[in-house]
Amino acid sequence: MTNRVMTVLTAACAFFAVGILVLILGYIAAQGLSALSIQFLIDTPKPIGEGGGIGNAILGSFILLLISSLIGLPIGIAIGIYLAEFGGRGFGNLIRFIADTMTGVPSIIIGVFVYTLILAMRDFAPDFPQFTALAGGIALALIMIPIVARTTEEMIRLVPVSMREGALALGAPQWRVTLGVVLPAAASGIATGAMLAVARVSGETAPLLFTAFNNSFYTYYIDDPVSSLTVQIYNYAISPYPEWHAQAWAATLVLMTLILLINIVVRYLTRQKF
Amino acid sequence: MNDSQPITPTPVAAYSPGTISRVAALRRRLAPTGNTGDAVFRALLGASAVLLLVVVVMLIAVMWWNSRLSIAAFGWGFLTSREWNPGREIYGALPYVYGTLASSLLALLISVPLSLGVAVFLTEQAPRRIARPVTFLVELLAAIPSVVYGLWGIFVLAPFLRENIAPIFSTTLGWSPFFSGSLRGGSLLTGGIILAIMITPIITAIVRDVLSVVPVAQREAALALGATRWETSRVVLANGAAGIAGAIILGLGRAVGETMAVTMVIGNRAEISLSVFDPSYSIAAVLANEFREATTDLHRSSLVELGLILLFVTILINGAARLLVWSVKEK
Amino acid sequence: MNQTPIAARPVVADAPRATSEATPPKISVANLNFYYGKSQALYDITLDIPPRQVMAFIGPSGCGKSTFLRTLNRMNDTIPGTRAEGRVMIDGQDIYAPGTDVVALRRKVGMVFQKSNPFPKSIFDNVAYGLRINGMSSSKNDLEARVEKALQNAALWTEVKDRLKTSALGLSGGQQQRLCIARALAVEPEVVLMDEPASALDPIATQKIEELIVELKRQYTIVIVTHNMQQAARVSDLTAFFWLGKLVEVTATEKIFTNPNQKLTEDYITGRFG
Repeated sequence: MTNRVMTVLTAACAFFAVGILVLILGYIAAQGLSALSIQFLIDTPKPIGEGGGIGNAILGSFILLLISSLIGLPIGIAIGIYLAEFGGRGFGNLIRFIADTMTGVPSIIIGVFVYTLILAMRDFAPDFPQFTALAGGIALALIMIPIVARTTEEMIRLVPVSMREGALALGAPQWRVTLGVVLPAAASGIATGAMLAVARVSGETAPLLFTAFNNSFYTYYIDDPVSSLTVQIYNYAISPYPEWHAQAWAATLVLMTLILLINIVVRYLTRQKF
Repeated sequence: MNDSQPITPTPVAAYSPGTISRVAALRRRLAPTGNTGDAVFRALLGASAVLLLVVVVMLIAVMWWNSRLSIAAFGWGFLTSREWNPGREIYGALPYVYGTLASSLLALLISVPLSLGVAVFLTEQAPRRIARPVTFLVELLAAIPSVVYGLWGIFVLAPFLRENIAPIFSTTLGWSPFFSGSLRGGSLLTGGIILAIMITPIITAIVRDVLSVVPVAQREAALALGATRWETSRVVLANGAAGIAGAIILGLGRAVGETMAVTMVIGNRAEISLSVFDPSYSIAAVLANEFREATTDLHRSSLVELGLILLFVTILINGAARLLVWSVKEK
Repeated sequence: MNQTPIAARPVVADAPRATSEATPPKISVANLNFYYGKSQALYDITLDIPPRQVMAFIGPSGCGKSTFLRTLNRMNDTIPGTRAEGRVMIDGQDIYAPGTDVVALRRKVGMVFQKSNPFPKSIFDNVAYGLRINGMSSSKNDLEARVEKALQNAALWTEVKDRLKTSALGLSGGQQQRLCIARALAVEPEVVLMDEPASALDPIATQKIEELIVELKRQYTIVIVTHNMQQAARVSDLTAFFWLGKLVEVTATEKIFTNPNQKLTEDYITGRFG
């Protein structure tokens, strides 16, 4: 009897959780589609009553992701390789613990940290720009690095020891074994981890509030403030205007499409393994 | 087989002579294989690991250093003072600390039973062909950005709570301090529920991990004794207790630091009230709202000190949770 | 593998050098102790391996024969917490001396593993890997010639010459193992270590590998670990018997299987234990 009840109860929990997801995604689709248009995707923000769009925010998000990937992925992957290949002892465990702790540090703290550093720079050099795409990209990279490091380490550990030994026994130095044999074998897993990290930071808002800030215009200079989808959604959402609320939903639809796409691609790529 | 190939015994490799200089000693430490490329490779990788260490040390040092004005001005009183008044340059953290803890605990209250239910369903009860897609969908909840939860919270959840849920609580439990007053805009309740939804996939994923390492033998032993599925699940849950505790603490760590969604729905008023219908404020939210606009040094310093408190709390929470989860998974 | 009776082995009969003192040993091990962390795996091993002969290591599983084999090219270094004491001389050089270039050592002392471990690359690239790593070919033609020669030496050329660009993972188990032998031979080692190279193969593939070993000893010093006593008898000139981490006896193969010095060896060979 209890058995029955508990099965029903746990199933209800699962149904509820999935229901919430459907509800959220459904709202985004319904609300977002009504405000979405090609014009919206290429326009820049305009005052109330004049329409406007998120073209510059899309470009800005792309620039921020590019900067953070260029900085965060190589460093994160390098740390992951270090942990897998040499990180057996005390220092390795320390780095592992730090990486795990870093993933738990609230992203707003990362934003505060980077902004504080910039303020300190401005004390020395008053011309130092306050809000830049580069600062935003660095903040996002700091969030990426520990995530990428840990997934890279796990993926490298999945490569069979026999393959490593085979190469070592041929007189290959460790670094060539790692770069030429182990990394290619782990490549798809590492790419998956990298994609998930990109998906994760593409949804970040808090660290961008005081770093990349916002911009109403198209820009591709990394020392300019730059707009992003998430910050744009936030600004529209907390505004008092229904027109902007509608635009927030439409921008959210664009953002969610990107994130869901990455997640589904990742799921597809890893389907054999799980 | 080609016999004509000459066989010339050559001495093994080019050994370095017996004396070891300091450089050679360092090289050997870096690469026990005695290969220069390996030494360089290891040094480069090690440098990136050291970089992570440096960033974390800098993070703590910078936050600490920039809190010094506030620490000097208010001392420990910062934690117990209720007044936050930029006009009078008086800053006290208590309302934010309270709001952060209250919203997070409320989130745990809702999320823990829900997550345990989902995890038990997925690992113990559901057939595989249902468990797999449901697992994916629940994980997708974690992929939704905080700002999107905030948007949904403002325009869907808050109105729904105001019109359909709050009145029920008001009429039945309105006598208790927790449900006094009425729900208007942003509130502790809205913040707590949004947070609960956000941490559910996180707690669920870890509990699933923990449950799946409970040995099959134990399950079978329970089943063989004639236990029902649920009774077996109870045995399994009891065995994973430490790991589940870790999962809950990790969820707490996440809730404490969540920024955007909370900022958007919690009401942003620095007042301490027991009622879940009243607006509240959290540390992360006040940082998001005020940090860029802070004009005086003391105001900014006080905000950084709030950030420092949040940083320490999350480090503590995460450290504890990791130790608990590791202790289960590595057995 | 029982189809060849011990008496019919062709190799041992013409192995007069087995006990010859004239040629200096290729490998000379003195008082070797080996530890996995705190537990000792090898006790005071002293043993000479003459050049261009086949020496087989036999003994019950867990007796340390594989561990000992892996001390000869320092492959155990890749396992954290291991430690070797004593001396292993190859051509008069102590390979455990400080400053030893392990990479160069492994180039000289090749290894074939129990489970074939081709890289997930083409057949050609598998064999070419060691050549490229070690910069051993002067031109593309030279590389191709060396790959062909290695495949011929491993008696695999005729089977794969038309599919060199296809994945090595498409080969049969026996072919994969011979590919691994070709890969090891391509870098022109002087010693080839084989760790139960035929244990995962069917009888026909095993026979091919055994014939190959007999061929190879004209040019290489070969050390083979086997759990199969008939195999040791068929291919080796000298046999060493290990028991519980100790070297019990090493003599000419012919002698050890007909008239061993030690009672323990006799008990093992006659099947009284193990």
